[in-house]
Amino acid sequence: MSAISVQISSPLEGGALMPAKRLMRAYFIEAKYETVRMLRTPAFAIPFLGLPALLYLLFGVVIFGAAIRNDSNAGLFIFAAFALFGVMGPGIFGFGMVVASEREHGLLTLKRALPMPPPAYLVAKLLMAMLFAAIVMATMFAVTPLGHLHLYVGQFFALAAVGILGALPFCAIGLFIGVLATGRSAPAFVNIIYQMMMHLSGLFYPLPKFLHAIAPVWPTYHLQQLFFRAVGVPSQGNSITHIAVLVAVTLLFTLFAVRRLARKG
Amino acid sequence: MMDNAYLAELSEAKKKFGNIVALDGLDLQVRPGELFAVLGPNGAGKTTAISLLLGLQQPDAGTASLFGKSPQLVETRRQIGVMMQEAGLAPELRVREQIDLVASYYPVPLTPDVAMELTHTTALANRPYGKLSGGQKRQVQFAMAIVGRPKLLFLDEPTVGLDVQARELMWVTLRKLVNDGASIVLTTHYLEEAEALADRVAVLAKGRVIASGTVREIRALVVRKRINCSTTLTVEEISAWPGVENATADKQRLLITVSNAESVLRRLLAADQNLREVEVRSAGLAEAFAELTQENKV
Repeated sequence: MSAISVQISSPLEGGALMPAKRLMRAYFIEAKYETVRMLRTPAFAIPFLGLPALLYLLFGVVIFGAAIRNDSNAGLFIFAAFALFGVMGPGIFGFGMVVASEREHGLLTLKRALPMPPPAYLVAKLLMAMLFAAIVMATMFAVTPLGHLHLYVGQFFALAAVGILGALPFCAIGLFIGVLATGRSAPAFVNIIYQMMMHLSGLFYPLPKFLHAIAPVWPTYHLQQLFFRAVGVPSQGNSITHIAVLVAVTLLFTLFAVRRLARKG
Repeated sequence: MMDNAYLAELSEAKKKFGNIVALDGLDLQVRPGELFAVLGPNGAGKTTAISLLLGLQQPDAGTASLFGKSPQLVETRRQIGVMMQEAGLAPELRVREQIDLVASYYPVPLTPDVAMELTHTTALANRPYGKLSGGQKRQVQFAMAIVGRPKLLFLDEPTVGLDVQARELMWVTLRKLVNDGASIVLTTHYLEEAEALADRVAVLAKGRVIASGTVREIRALVVRKRINCSTTLTVEEISAWPGVENATADKQRLLITVSNAESVLRRLLAADQNLREVEVRSAGLAEAFAELTQENKV
């Protein structure tokens, strides 16, 4: 027999009442452990947190360092490209692969049976992806002084804001894949979409002419233009359109996914 | 008893998956303070019935309710604890963290340390969940089920994969829960588990309740008895007698399952002057279960 004499079953009538403070705490704890577990997954944390700054070091400092000294716009272009590459990964992979696997292995079912506040599941993953995006931006800023790119305080904050909020549409796309794919097929789908978004939007290099027309199909194109806007590099289109497209992508994919999750789990 | 006195209730619940009828007008009621065991062969509808009560699915017809309300309301589910067959918990999180996470969903939970002490998992507190054995994972899931101090606990095959000692320890905690006033809905393949713990049993087959009552009542539904005796007669001889369903030998003793105990007993006494140590018992829940579900095959 157990040595402790605690009454396990709740003595409270109406024990269903949850004070607002505890409800907030439930969201916080969910986000905390979502982040902790992703940080403890080396295959996720190391590439997504380390790679963007490393690639920036390689291209922005070692290879094109001299060119950037003469043309700061080139430095900003490279910075924006790798920052964007960094903030899209945790969202699209963190949602796409993790949601598919959690659906398949019963964790989502268990959480739906438990009294988890229903939005907490997605909110926790969103906060995790935004925190990862913030870490990516921080590591990029940290290595910038090694090269010839100089950022003003205003540019710094504008880049950070675009980077962190810019993770959201990719979370939504990842979630969309996660609710449709099985645990085994999700990595393939996520990778295909991820690669297409990177390479067909002109993120790293100028696109051939015949691809110009389809670049605006990809959310990466619009986010890249916002990165350019944030630091004052010449950009295409206007910011309101870019923001509207990204917000629409986020809402549409999330809405579809949430409805399907509620219906089919 | 009034409807709202039930903690959980399925009423005329029907559920189809494609052409397969999972539940065919199922009625189940869970009363306060009881341990209610749901038995049935695979495909009988146990898991579907539990899913409806947990709000994971909705019945095509009929109703499912928890504490008189919809199981889909999160407020309703704050009074329940759940242990499912498959959990797929994050392998990277440590045991204390898993329990802490579930505790955060409830208004007045136990601390993770108390939940671990009650479920004998304290030694595992800092181990990553993915490194645990199957039995240890079940014990941790049990801690997660009770940490919210639920009034009603749903346990789907809780002791699968546990060794005998761990199973006994879980039984002790389950009894303590019921003594504290909690109710438990238990599905199990281990009939001795239902026999040892359950106040009431429902046997499901093909999406319906084919029998329900106390363990004693279920056993009594079945006419079979068991005769255990020491005799010089052989299994072959006795197997041929009318009323004998099965006979097995164990050293000098015979175990005979019979549908008519009195006539077989009379014949035994007549045939063997040296018959000794005769015991007649009602069939166990296992035999009752086998017979009930056999009768309900198409």
